[in-house]
Amino acid sequence: MSKKRALVVGASSGIGREISRQLIQSGWTVAAVARRKDKLQTLADEFPGQLQPVVHDVQETDAIPEVFAKICHNLGGLDLVIYAAGVMPPVGPHEFDTEKDLEIVQTNLIGAIAWLNEAASRFDKTGHGTIVGIGSVAGDRGRSGQPVYNTSKAALATYLEALRNRLAKRGVKVTTIKPGPVQTEMTQHLGLKGAMTASEAARRTLILADRGGEHYLSAKHRFAFFIIKRIPSPIFRRLSV
Amino acid sequence: MNRAIGDRVARLSGYGQRTFADGYIFRPGSVEEVINVFHEARRDGRNVTLRGAGRSYGDQAIYPEAYVLEIGRMNRILSWDAQSGIIDCEAGATIETLWRHTIEDGWWPPVVSGTMYPTLAGALAMNIHGKNNFRVGTLGEHVLDLEIVTPTGEKLTLLPTDPLFPAVISGFGMFGVIVRVKLQMKKLESGNLKVLAVSPANWDEQFELFEEHETEADYMVSWVDCFAKGTEAGRGQFHAAWYENGESIDRRSLWVSRQDLPDMIMGIFPKSLVWRVLKLLCNRTGMRLLNWAKDRAGRLLDNGKFHTQSLVAFSFLLDYVPNWRNAYLPDGFIQYQSFVPKEHAKRVFSEQIKLQQESKLESFLGVLKRHRPDSFLFSHAVDGYSLAMDFKVTKARWDELELLCHRMNDIVLAAGGRFYLAKDSTLRPEDFQQYLGDSTLKEFWRLKRLIDPENILMSSLTSRLPVLRTPLEHHHE
Ligand SMILES: Cc1cc2nc3c(=O)[nH]c(=O)nc-3n(C[C@H](O)[C@H](O)[C@H](O)COP(=O)(O)OP(=O)(O)OC[C@H]3O[C@@H](n4cnc5c(N)ncnc54)[C@H](O)[C@@H]3O)c2cc1C
Ligand SMILES: NC(=O)c1ccc[n+]([C@@H]2O[C@H](COP(=O)([O-])OP(=O)(O)OC[C@H]3O[C@@H](n4cnc5c(N)ncnc54)[C@H](OP(=O)(O)O)[C@@H]3O)[C@@H](O)[C@H]2O)c1
Repeated sequence: MSKKRALVVGASSGIGREISRQLIQSGWTVAAVARRKDKLQTLADEFPGQLQPVVHDVQETDAIPEVFAKICHNLGGLDLVIYAAGVMPPVGPHEFDTEKDLEIVQTNLIGAIAWLNEAASRFDKTGHGTIVGIGSVAGDRGRSGQPVYNTSKAALATYLEALRNRLAKRGVKVTTIKPGPVQTEMTQHLGLKGAMTASEAARRTLILADRGGEHYLSAKHRFAFFIIKRIPSPIFRRLSV
Repeated sequence: MNRAIGDRVARLSGYGQRTFADGYIFRPGSVEEVINVFHEARRDGRNVTLRGAGRSYGDQAIYPEAYVLEIGRMNRILSWDAQSGIIDCEAGATIETLWRHTIEDGWWPPVVSGTMYPTLAGALAMNIHGKNNFRVGTLGEHVLDLEIVTPTGEKLTLLPTDPLFPAVISGFGMFGVIVRVKLQMKKLESGNLKVLAVSPANWDEQFELFEEHETEADYMVSWVDCFAKGTEAGRGQFHAAWYENGESIDRRSLWVSRQDLPDMIMGIFPKSLVWRVLKLLCNRTGMRLLNWAKDRAGRLLDNGKFHTQSLVAFSFLLDYVPNWRNAYLPDGFIQYQSFVPKEHAKRVFSEQIKLQQESKLESFLGVLKRHRPDSFLFSHAVDGYSLAMDFKVTKARWDELELLCHRMNDIVLAAGGRFYLAKDSTLRPEDFQQYLGDSTLKEFWRLKRLIDPENILMSSLTSRLPVLRTPLEHHHE
C-alpha cells in the first residue's frame, strides 16, 4: 500500500549494489551509502529519483547519528536497513599487522555496530522495521588465512543475534546473512570462477531478509558448514576448507 | 540535528490503524514551548504536524518524519463560571475533561462526538458534530473565542467575527496551533436523557422517523444494518432523545459517579476483553450475524419504548468497549461518511449500500444522522443526512475497497453532497476540489500564505490531497 524505504550501507559495489538495484526494481526507495562518490553517482543515474547517494566512511562513527537522521528524513521514513560494507584485504601467512587488522574491525564490525545501533534504537521505539547484516561463512571458524576478517564476521553475527533477541518482542526482524564465496571486487584477486554472482547473492538475501535468524545462501553451504563447524580444531587446522 | 531527537521517534496512525507514519513527538506544556517547537522545526528543516488525541480515523494527524506537536499536555481548565456556563481552558483538554468538570454544576458540552477522548483542539480543527447537529450545529458554533499560535510564533486571539475564525475551526491544523478555547456550555437539569427507540423496517421508515422528530427531539441517531437487502434494506434502530426537566427529576443523576460507564458488560463480562471476542466476529459472516441479532433484539425488546439513559451512556456508546478498533487488526479499518442533501439522501445511501453488497464489502456498522449547514471554511455538513460506515481493510482487497469508495463518492458528488476530513481515507483530489469549490481552495491558499508562508504545517492528508499542498506554486494567481 505505501512505498517502502531502505538504507543500504556499502552500496557502491558488489552485493550491496545489487541489493540496492533489486530493491528499487521492486518499488523501493533506497539511500545508498559508501565512500566512492563516482560509483554511487553512476548507480543513482541508473534510477533517477529513486536512489539517494550518501557519501560516508563508516569509520567516521561520530558522524553516523546525524547522517542516519538525515537519511530517514530524506527517505520519509525507514523500513529496512542492510549493512553490507566490508573489507577483506589480503593478509600474508606471517603477517600480524595491527593497523591493518583494526581497519578491518573498524569497517566490518564497529561501523556495523554504529549504524545498526541507530537503526535498532529507532525500530525499538517504532516497533517497525527490518535489520539485515551481511556476515560471512568466514565467521564460522577461525582460519589461519584471515584471522581478523573471521573475527569481525563472528563478532558481527553475535552482535546481530543479540539485537534479534532484544528486538523480537517489538516485532522487529534482525537477519544475519552468511554468504559463501561471491564474485565481487572484494574477491577479484582470488579469481573465484563458478562462485555465486553478486546479483544472485542479493536476490537470495532479499528473499530471506524478513525472516529473521541466521541464513546461509545455499543448501550446500548450510550442510557443509554444519559439518565444518563441528570439526575439532586439531583436525580443522590440517584441512584446507 | 541534535542527538535527543531520535528519542522522540514514534510510529503513529489514525484511529483506523491502516496508515502509519513515523514522527518525532513534542508535547509542549506552555505557549512558549509551542513556539519553540516551530523554532526547532525551522532550524532542522522539518515540517510540523499537529495532533490531538489521534481520534481522527485516517491520515489527518500524521506525517512521515515531521515534528508532531501533541497538544494533550496543555489540558488545564483556566476558568469556569457555573453561573454563565462559560469555560475557558487549554485546548488539549478533552471532551471528557470538560463534562467531568462541569456536569455536577449542571452543564454539558454543547456538542460531543461519539467518543469522549478527542481534545478540544482536535475537535475544533475538524469542527465536530454530534447527534444534535440538526438542532445546535457544530462545536465551532459554541466557541466564544480562541487563541492560536502561528508557525511564525505569533499569538492571536480570534473572535467569531474574525475572518480567520471560520478557517482555523474546520481547518484541520493548517493555520496554527489552537492553544486555548472559551466555550459556552449547555445548561442541564438532569444528567439523564429520555430516549425513544424504534426499529424502522426499511429506508422509508428510517427517514420518516427522522422527519417526525426533527422539530422537537434534542438528539437523533439511527443504526443501519448494511447487510439487509431488498424490502428490508435500510432496517435498523432509531433513537431520539430529549433532555429531562421538570419537577420530578433526580438531581443526583448529575453526579459523575452516576455517569461513569460500567467496567462490566451485562454485569459479568469484563469489557476490556470484549474486543477479542469482536475480533473473532470481525468478518462478513460474523458481522452479518451480529447486525441481524441486533436488529432482532431491538424489534423484540425496545421497539417503540422509552427509557432513561445517562448522557454519558447515550453519547459515548463507542467508549463502552475499550480498544474495539483492535478487532479490525492486522490491517485496520477505514471510516466512510458522506453528507447528502435531504431530498437525495435516501436514494444515495441505498445505492451506496447496494454497491457494497455487490462487491461483498459491506460496512460492518452504519450510522445515520441529521445535519444542518454551517459557514465554516471546510464545512462538511449540509441540510440533510450523513451515513457513517466502518469498512474492514485487508491488504488483499484494498484496491477493491478504494474503488468502492470512489464509486460511492461519485454518487454523493452528483447529489451535491459533502465529505468530512476527520473520517476520510479515500477522497481523490478531484472529489475534494469538487465539493469544496474553487473559491474555498483559493481562500485556503490565501490564508495559508498569510499565516504559514513557509508551509511548515503539513500532514499526510495534505500530501494525499495535493490541491492543499501547493499554495506557494499558486502565487501568481
Ligand atoms: C469512536 C469515534 C467516534 C467519533 N464520533 C464522531 C462524531 O460523532 N462526530 C464527529 O464530528 N467526529 C467524530 N469522531 C471524529 C473525532 O471527533 C475527530 O476526528 C476529532 O478531530 C478527533 O480529535 P483529536 O483530539 O483526536 O484530534 P486528532 O485526530 O489527533 O487531530 C485531528 C485534527 O486536528 C488537528 N489538530 C490537532 N491538534 C491541533 C491544535 N492544537 N491546533 C490546531 N489543529 C490541531 C490535527 O492536525 C488534525 O488535522 C469520532 C472518532 C472516533 C474514533
Ligand atoms: N564476496 C564474497 O565472497 C563475500 C563472502 C561473504 C561475505 N561477504 C561480505 O559481503 C559484504 C559485501 O562485500 P562484497 O563482496 O560485495 O565486496 P565489495 O564489492 O568490495 O563491496 C564492499 C562495499 O563496502 C563498502 N565499504 C567498504 N569500506 C567502507 C567504508 N569504510 N565506508 C563505507 N563503505 C565501505 C564499499 O564501498 P566504498 O569502497 O565505495 O566505500 C563497497 O560498496 C561484505 O561485508 C563482505 O564481507 C562477501
